[in-house]
Amino acid sequence: MQNNQRTYRSEFFKELDKNFPLFVMALPGVILLIAFSYLPLFGLIIAFKDVHYDVGILKSPWVGFKNFEFLFKTPDAFVITRNTLLYNFAFIVFGNLAAIATAIALSEMRARFMAKFYQSVMFLPYFLSWVVVAYMAFAFLSVDLGILNTLVLPKLGIEPIAWYVEPKPWPVIIILANLWKYTGYNAVIYLAAITGIDPEYYEAALIDGATKWQQIRHITFPLLSPLVVVLVLLGIGRIFYADFGLFYQLPMNSGALYDVTNVIDTYVYRTLMGMNDIGMASAASFYQSIMGFILVLTSNLIVRRLDPEKALF
Amino acid sequence: MHSKSRFLQISLPAEIILHVVFWIITLLCLLPLWAVIAISLSNDEAMRQVGYRLIPVKFSTKSYEFVLSQGIAVARAYGITIFVTLVGTLLCVAVVSMYAYVLFRKDFKYRKFFTFFGFFTMLINAGLVPWYIVCVNVLHLKNTIFALILPYVMNMWYVLIFRTYLSMSLPDSIIESAKIDGAGEFTIFFRIVVPLVKPGLATIALFAAIMYWNDWWLPFMLIENEELYNLQYLMYRVQQKIQYLAEIASKLAMSPSIPPDIPAESARMAMAVFGIGPIILAYPFFQRYFVKGLTIGAIKG
Repeated sequence: MQNNQRTYRSEFFKELDKNFPLFVMALPGVILLIAFSYLPLFGLIIAFKDVHYDVGILKSPWVGFKNFEFLFKTPDAFVITRNTLLYNFAFIVFGNLAAIATAIALSEMRARFMAKFYQSVMFLPYFLSWVVVAYMAFAFLSVDLGILNTLVLPKLGIEPIAWYVEPKPWPVIIILANLWKYTGYNAVIYLAAITGIDPEYYEAALIDGATKWQQIRHITFPLLSPLVVVLVLLGIGRIFYADFGLFYQLPMNSGALYDVTNVIDTYVYRTLMGMNDIGMASAASFYQSIMGFILVLTSNLIVRRLDPEKALF
Repeated sequence: MHSKSRFLQISLPAEIILHVVFWIITLLCLLPLWAVIAISLSNDEAMRQVGYRLIPVKFSTKSYEFVLSQGIAVARAYGITIFVTLVGTLLCVAVVSMYAYVLFRKDFKYRKFFTFFGFFTMLINAGLVPWYIVCVNVLHLKNTIFALILPYVMNMWYVLIFRTYLSMSLPDSIIESAKIDGAGEFTIFFRIVVPLVKPGLATIALFAAIMYWNDWWLPFMLIENEELYNLQYLMYRVQQKIQYLAEIASKLAMSPSIPPDIPAESARMAMAVFGIGPIILAYPFFQRYFVKGLTIGAIKG
């Protein structure tokens, strides 16, 4: 045993000596990973402690699952879990459908120049921060001056809507905003896959007299489906994490909308910064990490079964 | 993109319908941007009578004069954003490319270890609370310029993208032959590898530059000192403050919700235009590289 350990160690030093520059090259990355990813992992214990700032985290007393008990007794726990899961589910379904449809349409379009133009325009929203998008949404949704309330709704004979206090339209607004921002980006991924399809398939289909629609159904769709499955599974692996900017900036942190806009990420932020309740915040944070970890492992396992090339590990 | 001319093409009516649909989508993508510009160029008082419009109400550049007269805050935020974007992008490209290169070297025995060391952080994320405590209490980043740079420098996704790029564009034999010629590792990396993978480096640089330029999250979490606000965060604060003013005023039931000498509504949007500005100008160029980067990612995840 001891002998073994010694050989391992000497092997390491031999390698260190031989490839010293490669270790040096990896060092900055290693340090940053330790600082921002590994050190916080130790902080997961906070969820099991009753943190007293005066004695520090390590000396604060253990409380077992008390923080979790408190968290899951609140109505918030259900609301944030439901919102996070349902919104992400909607993003996965609608996002992929929109991106696939866009990619197929762009790839089939005869006017290549126009296809490129549409692609560029649809990519634009990806480059804007959520802060800017929130300004843009405000131009339409502002209660007293917004374009919808002063220009559009009166023409349709609908009463003005107090957008930032009325929760009902928000699920739609949030899903649309997500589609608006990311469809152009996601379509490019599918477009790359379509471009990679061997043209011979289409030639063969053409000889057999397949119509365009049949070609799309029987060649493009099936050949895209592995990529669809992989992207969907990767989406599921991240289903416990939400796009903070979308859920915080777009509704302008309006309290009246929390029921439909609060997700785990915004809840953790508000509980930590607003209410200063570190126990609840870290319990929610821990819950998110563990569920996220399980889902990443499971979905990666499935991805690897289906297409080892696309698996993360 | 391969030419489709040899194959059956979609019918003319289908093509026309597609163009109509995509023109609608194009308008939907551009309309919000146009609305912000139109509002920023409106006369504030006139606009407050009728509401925001898609054509500037009584064209006026007063809002821009106002924002510029607030000079120092805006200029400082611009300076912070530019500095952070330049330094952050440079560091990110250096750290990511070196780490990816180490993972790419198949003859390096500890390659698997470093791969897992990075991968593990993609699997489990400690979440906001521990991250915040480490940043504030261990690394003492609060209210420092480093808070706006360091947390984003190392990014395992970029490492994976760049490693894929390396394995697609660098034959192992180049490194072997350089070694035989007696070149040291750093010489090989900087003199041989880097010049050969410039497009890959540019892709990572663009991803990083966008990330830094658009960031409001790091100041949101870690900056309280107004002198360190970046552009996006300043925009966020302006949006909040104007709302706050309007709320107070309406509670007191005073009719003009904001003192008349501040063109608040149009100035708010002018602020957004300042924030969007450079990104919009650079975006057609960025987009080309992004598409290339995404294409690499799609070929091999």
